Amino acid sequence: MPDVAIQAEGLTKWFGVGEARTVAVRGVTFEARCGEMVYVVGPSGSGKTTLLSMISGILRPNEGTVRLQGIDVWSLPENRIADLRLNTVGFVFQDYHLFPRLTTAENVAVPLVLQRHAWNAALAEAKRCLALVGLGNRVDLRPNKLSGGEQQRVAIARAIVSKPDILVLDEPTASLDGDTGRKIIEFVRKDILNDKRCILVVTHDERIFECADRIARMEDGCITGIAAGEAHA
Amino acid sequence: MPWPLSRRGVRRPLPRTPIGIWGAAVLGILKIAYKLLVNDRGKFIALLVGITFSVFLMIQMTSMFSGMMKKASATVTNTGAKVWILDRAVTNVAASIPMPDYVLDAARSMKGVKYAVPLYSGVGLAKLQDGTYQAVTVIGLDDTSLFGRPELIAGKIEDIYGENGFVVVKDEEYVKLHNPAMGSEFEINDHRGVIVGIAKVPASGLFGIPTLYTTYSRAVQTIPSMRFTVSYVLVEPVDAQSIPAIKAGIAKLGYEALTEAEFVDKITNWYMFRTGMGMNLLLMTAISFVVGLSISGQTFYSFTLENLDKFGALKAIGAKGHELVWMILFQAGLTSLAGYGLGIGLCAGLIALARLRLPDYASIITYRNLELALGMVLVIAAISSLVAVRRVLRIEPFEIFRG
Repeated sequence: MPDVAIQAEGLTKWFGVGEARTVAVRGVTFEARCGEMVYVVGPSGSGKTTLLSMISGILRPNEGTVRLQGIDVWSLPENRIADLRLNTVGFVFQDYHLFPRLTTAENVAVPLVLQRHAWNAALAEAKRCLALVGLGNRVDLRPNKLSGGEQQRVAIARAIVSKPDILVLDEPTASLDGDTGRKIIEFVRKDILNDKRCILVVTHDERIFECADRIARMEDGCITGIAAGEAHA
Repeated sequence: MPWPLSRRGVRRPLPRTPIGIWGAAVLGILKIAYKLLVNDRGKFIALLVGITFSVFLMIQMTSMFSGMMKKASATVTNTGAKVWILDRAVTNVAASIPMPDYVLDAARSMKGVKYAVPLYSGVGLAKLQDGTYQAVTVIGLDDTSLFGRPELIAGKIEDIYGENGFVVVKDEEYVKLHNPAMGSEFEINDHRGVIVGIAKVPASGLFGIPTLYTTYSRAVQTIPSMRFTVSYVLVEPVDAQSIPAIKAGIAKLGYEALTEAEFVDKITNWYMFRTGMGMNLLLMTAISFVVGLSISGQTFYSFTLENLDKFGALKAIGAKGHELVWMILFQAGLTSLAGYGLGIGLCAGLIALARLRLPDYASIITYRNLELALGMVLVIAAISSLVAVRRVLRIEPFEIFRG
């Protein structure tokens, strides 16, 4: 397995045509290695989410390439890209996007079901994963019965249940109070990150910077600098 | 923390279902779709109510028509003749146009005819013992063969040859003759009649009047007749291959020979296209369809819209377009079939209830009604899901990130 988990080169993305064209990301080159927790920070509209989407195989760039674990993502057909996302990348969305009509265990089991695992086995694995994030006693509850922090943990459990090599967290603390947000990130850092997994976090919450190995700052669609984070050994 | 890391792709030895990868994927995804649907009780119930009501209306309308048509063709189906000879202008069995005797003779002399017998069908006015009058259908069976006789539940058929012998049909209209027992007497046109048998038939008539069977000769004596008296000629062909030749031979005489099914179709078509019943039926069925489509289409679309971000999240996680389409089709199909079943149950229940009060309530659920309603329900499901599918396929997972 290559040491470099994410390799993005010359990524450019614009929206609209003609005079309405807006360049969201301009020729960004970026790299993240296994075992690293990398933050992408910057003000609103700086292109963080667009960059994250291109890197994770969700948004096709206009220019540039993305390699995840050595695979050139955007050279693949759509179905293969979907497979790559399913098997290699775990997502934690800003608003969690949990299914309100499913129990927490069923929510967590969704990626495994999509990976074509048997329902009961997927559910059992999801429960194990929920126990890992400290929600072993919440497996049969619906998301609306959980606190914001607990919902975030369910989202994290869903992201890691298929054991992806790359974990992508979009504003993971945006909906949480400071203390809960810090605990969540510390949990991710301590219990989810390992030497074979890369975690990419998009945030503007400076309170959690202490958990980053490296921090890439974005402005106007460009990375203006990459600094070592406080957690960098 | 022990976290078994792995290579790219599906890496852990989690068990798969024995029906194979594709089946497991579909089953798991459909299970998610099922839970998303039924756990949203409000919308699920609204969808069910819409489809159920629509199916109920469609089946109710078409079953009423089927029931009426069954009754309208009762004489034809009860008689059981393979081929009927009739005047071309006859539109339904109750409005027979008498034919000259030579038609019967010609039919008997045709090649391919095993035998041919006359049938009399007319309406008389029976004077009951309490002095009241009741209209009755009188069927006169061929004196020699009694071809087309009903199944008796009391009495002996040969007693029909006895003096003034009549067989009464015990159906929903039987009560209108004051439940006559064996030996009961009545009058028709000052002719005495005696009940010598009680019969049952598969279907009773459309117009709500009791039916009496007697011999052909007694029928024409009892009921005032025109110059000709043969209402129909019933033909037993040698075999099915003979029927076209018989038809052609009868056509040369200026009359019409129809198989039983063709005669029933002729009656049905007359009611359907010449009486306005068909247009009313079509309108009501179309309205039922539109009601079902609008309720279920709108509810299903709003259900999909409400879950659009979740479908987007699924797409972002790695679900493929066709998997989402499966989910939507399954949800639409499940709701439609459940509503279809409930609609049929409701309609059947209502018919059973109605028959408790109105024994001759003309409504019958046929396979054809069920097929028609199923087809229309599937169209409702297809249209409802088509709109939802288009919406879901268009959603970009990137929108989920943007929030």
